[in-house]
Amino acid sequence: MTGAPKREDYDVVVIGAGPAGLAAAATSAEAGLTTLLLDENIGPGGQVFRAIASTPVTERSQLGADYWVGADLVQSLRASSAEVIHRATVWSLDRNLDIAVSIGGASAFVKAKRVILATGALERPFPIPGWTLPGVMTAGAAQTMLKSSALVPDGRTVIAGQGPLLWLLAAQILRLGGRIDRILDTTERSNYFAALPHAFAFLTSPYFTKGLSMMREVKAKVQVVSGVTELSAADDGQLTSVSYVAGGKREIIPADLLLLHQGVVPNVNLAMSADVEHRWDDLQLCWSPVLDASGNSSVAGIAIAGDGAGIGGANAAVVRGRIAARSAVEALAPAAAAKLAPMATLRTDLAKAERGRVFLDTLFRPSPHFRIPAGDTIVCRCEEVTAKDVLDSVAIGATGPNQLKAYRRTGMGPCQGRLCGLTVTELMAQARAKTPQEIGYYRLRAPVKPITLAELAAVPKSEADVKAVVRG
Amino acid sequence: MFRRSEQDKRPQVQIFVDGVAVAARQGDTVSAALLASSRDVRRSTAVSGAPRLPYCMMGVCFDCLVTIDGVGNRQGCLVPVAEGMQVEIQKGKREIGR
Repeated sequence: MTGAPKREDYDVVVIGAGPAGLAAAATSAEAGLTTLLLDENIGPGGQVFRAIASTPVTERSQLGADYWVGADLVQSLRASSAEVIHRATVWSLDRNLDIAVSIGGASAFVKAKRVILATGALERPFPIPGWTLPGVMTAGAAQTMLKSSALVPDGRTVIAGQGPLLWLLAAQILRLGGRIDRILDTTERSNYFAALPHAFAFLTSPYFTKGLSMMREVKAKVQVVSGVTELSAADDGQLTSVSYVAGGKREIIPADLLLLHQGVVPNVNLAMSADVEHRWDDLQLCWSPVLDASGNSSVAGIAIAGDGAGIGGANAAVVRGRIAARSAVEALAPAAAAKLAPMATLRTDLAKAERGRVFLDTLFRPSPHFRIPAGDTIVCRCEEVTAKDVLDSVAIGATGPNQLKAYRRTGMGPCQGRLCGLTVTELMAQARAKTPQEIGYYRLRAPVKPITLAELAAVPKSEADVKAVVRG
Repeated sequence: MFRRSEQDKRPQVQIFVDGVAVAARQGDTVSAALLASSRDVRRSTAVSGAPRLPYCMMGVCFDCLVTIDGVGNRQGCLVPVAEGMQVEIQKGKREIGR
């Protein structure tokens, strides 16, 4: 499962084995297209179905029915003819649909007629004072450990932030017997009013009753503080306490673990490096690719499905995966498309899955002071650049994220802007009184994940390649 | 910080962390095994030497960088443990040649 790809050319290459990628690869293979699914993780599932084929959490109700849906997707994929490679890191994708992938320390190259990017989402940066301290992690990190290794917090644990995942994680930790001392809810009170006009669609979506019962389950066991307007972490080399302000009153509580979460945003690195056009989304406060109704991007042959296409959740991701794959089948083997679910049915499924999303996006829109830090708070974790450093650079002439690299190396560390990019864009936009769209984002390039020079040097070369660089 | 749920019946895998034997479980990532070990597994950053632990556990933050079987700067959250694996907590930059 971790060998090199069997072929050099595929009809469809799908990148990412989360809900969208699993569905897309199975659909494409089912229609008879040669299909390769490349995924960076140890097994299928992406984040939401993390460790679906291997989780040690055997008590099914603890992870919830929504999690186990992933098992059916994996089963469909395995029943199909799709070739699947895990622990495969795609580090380059270009306009010619040439793909470079690192597998077991060696790079392989494949060419696709169609590429479906299903690289999903990552958690929005949560740049509070102390967010780099040992003992501060994302809620998603704790959930990953819970799903894949049945690990639960057992020290003094605080969960802070907002959004559906936060409540799901809290419920799962409690069901597995883990410890949570306090939940600090940072949802802005004004968001409740803003979200009200969108409430009807949400009330009639499946998320409503599930969400409500989960919040009840958690609130029965854990002290929840709402209306938190300030948050910071303190340490002695390791997290020792969390300080917060709610209702104008400051409290400091001792803590060994602080789990942060304020929603998820598309993981844009691979798509942007392939020159896919992205626009700033004013509601979801992130970069989203410009796509047609079938997920096709501005680059011919590259489609994007799942949360990488704009946050829609797991159910929507599955349908978007099927739509993108069907669209590829229609283009490459129109006769085979008859075997698949009709596009009209898929579009109805998608509308259903996306119901209530605007309500969630509005209600859980993170507040500016948790997105745009000030002073000594670290913005770029890799290069350890603070908000003040960024503002000082703006004051002496840095105009956007790419100029800022020359001043401060922001976004030039190993994470390549994944943990600072949104913060830098919004911080600079605010400082320069521009929109995030005007300020723009880092120019991303291959390799989108670090690989060693040795691995690059070992890449097979043609005589022409050698002649191009060797003298005499 | 973390403990294992009793329902976890996966077989044990022995890895070595800075030369000391640590019991992991089959299917753990290196980072999960380190965080479950209750040892001090803080790395230090290449820029200021600040202590860090894994932050995202999903391959994007690079705060889990660790030396595995002599190779530095590996993302511990993406590598599964294997019997006898030698893990070193990385202090600062990756060293040339490893």
